[in-house]
Amino acid sequence: MAVAAPAMHHKGPDRTAINRLGLWLFFFSESLIFALLLSSRFFLEGLNIPLKHGSDEQAVDQVLGLAITVILLLSSVTAFTGETAFEHGRKRLGHWMILATIVLGLIFAGGVAYEWKTAHFTRGEAFGTVFFTMTGVHASHVMSGVIMLGLVWVQALRGKYNEKNHWPVSGVVMYWHFVDVVWVFFYPALYLV
Amino acid sequence: MYAATTVLGGTGTGLMGFYLGLGFAMVMRKLFGYPDLWERDLCLSVGYVFGLVGWVLGIGLWGQWAREWFGMKTYANGAQGWQRYFTFCTDHKVIGIQYMVWFVVVFLAAGFMAMLMRVELAQSGMQFFNHDQYNAVMSLHGILMVAVAIAAVIGGFGNYAVPLMIGADDMAFPRLNALTFWLVPPVGIMLLATPFLGGLEAGWTAYPPLAVQTESAQTLFNLALMTFGLVSILGGLNFIVTVIYLRAEGMTWSRLPIFVWAMFLTAILALFYTQGIFVALFMVLLDRIGGMSFFNEANGGDPLLYQHVFWFYSHPAVYIMVLPGFGVALELLTHFSRKPLFAYRYAVGGLIGIVGLSGVVWAHHMFTSGMPNYLHPPFLVATELISIPTGLVFLAGLGTIWMGRVWLQTPMLFALAVLFNFACGGVTGIFLADVPTDIHLQDTYFVVAHFHYTIVGGEIFALFGGIYYWFPKMTGRMYNERLGKIHFWMMFIGFNVTFFIMHLPGIQGMNRRIADYPSEFDNINMVISIAAFFLGSSFLVFFYNIIWSWFRGPAAAANPWRARTLEWQTSSPPPHDNFESPPVIKGHPYDYGVPGSVHATFPMGAAHAPAGGGGGGGGGGGG
Ligand SMILES: [Cu+2]
Repeated sequence: MAVAAPAMHHKGPDRTAINRLGLWLFFFSESLIFALLLSSRFFLEGLNIPLKHGSDEQAVDQVLGLAITVILLLSSVTAFTGETAFEHGRKRLGHWMILATIVLGLIFAGGVAYEWKTAHFTRGEAFGTVFFTMTGVHASHVMSGVIMLGLVWVQALRGKYNEKNHWPVSGVVMYWHFVDVVWVFFYPALYLV
Repeated sequence: MYAATTVLGGTGTGLMGFYLGLGFAMVMRKLFGYPDLWERDLCLSVGYVFGLVGWVLGIGLWGQWAREWFGMKTYANGAQGWQRYFTFCTDHKVIGIQYMVWFVVVFLAAGFMAMLMRVELAQSGMQFFNHDQYNAVMSLHGILMVAVAIAAVIGGFGNYAVPLMIGADDMAFPRLNALTFWLVPPVGIMLLATPFLGGLEAGWTAYPPLAVQTESAQTLFNLALMTFGLVSILGGLNFIVTVIYLRAEGMTWSRLPIFVWAMFLTAILALFYTQGIFVALFMVLLDRIGGMSFFNEANGGDPLLYQHVFWFYSHPAVYIMVLPGFGVALELLTHFSRKPLFAYRYAVGGLIGIVGLSGVVWAHHMFTSGMPNYLHPPFLVATELISIPTGLVFLAGLGTIWMGRVWLQTPMLFALAVLFNFACGGVTGIFLADVPTDIHLQDTYFVVAHFHYTIVGGEIFALFGGIYYWFPKMTGRMYNERLGKIHFWMMFIGFNVTFFIMHLPGIQGMNRRIADYPSEFDNINMVISIAAFFLGSSFLVFFYNIIWSWFRGPAAAANPWRARTLEWQTSSPPPHDNFESPPVIKGHPYDYGVPGSVHATFPMGAAHAPAGGGGGGGGGGGG
């Protein structure tokens, strides 16, 4: 993945611009995975969310869904604050904000795992299939983001980054925002329609 | 030995990863309370993923790249000479040759499978294979040739020629490039292993429900192809960034060689649409090993979903195959006609138009699938519309040879054949795009003949033209022109006889993908088989020529074709950084015969091959 900027010495063009374009293209490509899963969800289930057995309550946990969504959006704020902190050389704040993002990401993933454990549908039925696949693919992106944030955090603690040189931080934070934006589409499709 | 330790090391870490994955899967099953720890397809899938990671880490990802992520020093690749080809080498020229050799070998293997199929199909009844074996060989021939068609030109010539042609010293992400190549060997080896691990039943398209229910090596097929998708995506990403950022000074978009344009646009298709096949195969995998119901109608799934997602990629994939072929063909036509490329801007516009339309035509593969009828007209119309931009590209080719001083060397013969073959493939395509005729022709040998005309006729001919064209640059030696021409005429005649005749039983309803057929088709199939063997034997000539010339051929000049594009303005083969001094682009690459025009100068150093020098191929063609 694009965490580590290759330290090749190219004359002329600016390495950070090249890395940034590469990362954007990666998002462009990844977005089709999510778009196809989202389309599959509507192709198979229309606008339905199944009901809990013997009640007229929806089978998804609305409180939990809203809670993890808020947590993920908050983590984008901490990630952004962390990145700008490194840009301005405020390393201590940057360290704490990256750590906060990691913790919020882990809470989100824990929330998804709890939803999986308590779900009122199985993966063998169509809604379960799309629900587990979409949340699973998304959560695996969150977890890979957490791992990359962890690597960046360790390097940051060792003083690797400064105002001039913080592309790995920016790259991972861009990835984190991308994963958040995906959830902005997934959440209504899985919980609200 | 650097090469041996790298490859064996990668194999070792790969195997370690594989067994680690098996163990991990079984431990997880234990933790989640499953009664049986061993579930074949699930455990093998986890093993495959771990094994793949182990392999790329061992081959050089760890030492040359990943250590950096943990704040450690990376190692330099110390291999020299031929050993570079067996290591994690970041030089785009090495990687281009790695792809090219790998895919030519796969091409010959898959071609041999086609020969076996034609042995079985020479007569009705079953002589040589049983039905399962025929299915396995047919599926494998299909998927391996799709892989060759997708990656041989892009991976081989794309990597080799694009940085040279735009005056760059390497790709934008050299280490990503090396990583991408080293994902390829596991794909090939896994696919070639499928006949020994249960065979394949579902063809290269792998439609559910069969692909979900089959007991064959389908899971391995899916994993291998998903890995291959990754190759396409990462490769495409690298090309786009390279062309945008690493063009030499003065190399504006309107001076870009047409092959680079074609590669750039193909890369956009590959980057975006390849995720479609990734998702389609992933959903089959989840149904197979995860107990899900994407395609299980009884539980609310729908097999048509697969066809939509699959063809959403696999129609653009046709253009991932042929656009680079068009690029090579136009490139050759202009150099060997000694004339500017006719209607350059319209040709580029045509390529862009194809890219734009490619994403909205996929359901023409599904006219008989039972999808709603109201979808037929829009997909029919959109499909037929593609003939307009394709026609522009085609006319640019014709206009280029018109009144040109055509120099009929082997590469040019192949480029001319591309025009001829693709015209045939385009005409038969009309019958398949129109709903009424398609319903009759669906799943017959007419379809087989059609797509061989477009892909083999349009791209594989360009691939071989390109191999002869760039062979002196890549190896520093000249191939044997006489053998090259013999190869061309055998291939051209064998190909056209085989596949032209194949339309006829198709029109009469002979089904494809089936090892047996009614005996009234006996005679015509015997003719097709004999022509196919003739076509197959042409590659023996090719193989002999290339191997012999690579080791024993006469040394090639820097610019044997007196071509103007940048890759010929440096030595054969080029130095490590491509050019002795950075080129500055002054004019259009194709202004043959335009007085006083120059494509590039090298202001900082005089030590470069003069444009228009050389002339190793002998005779013909003035300026
Ligand atoms: Cu198509």
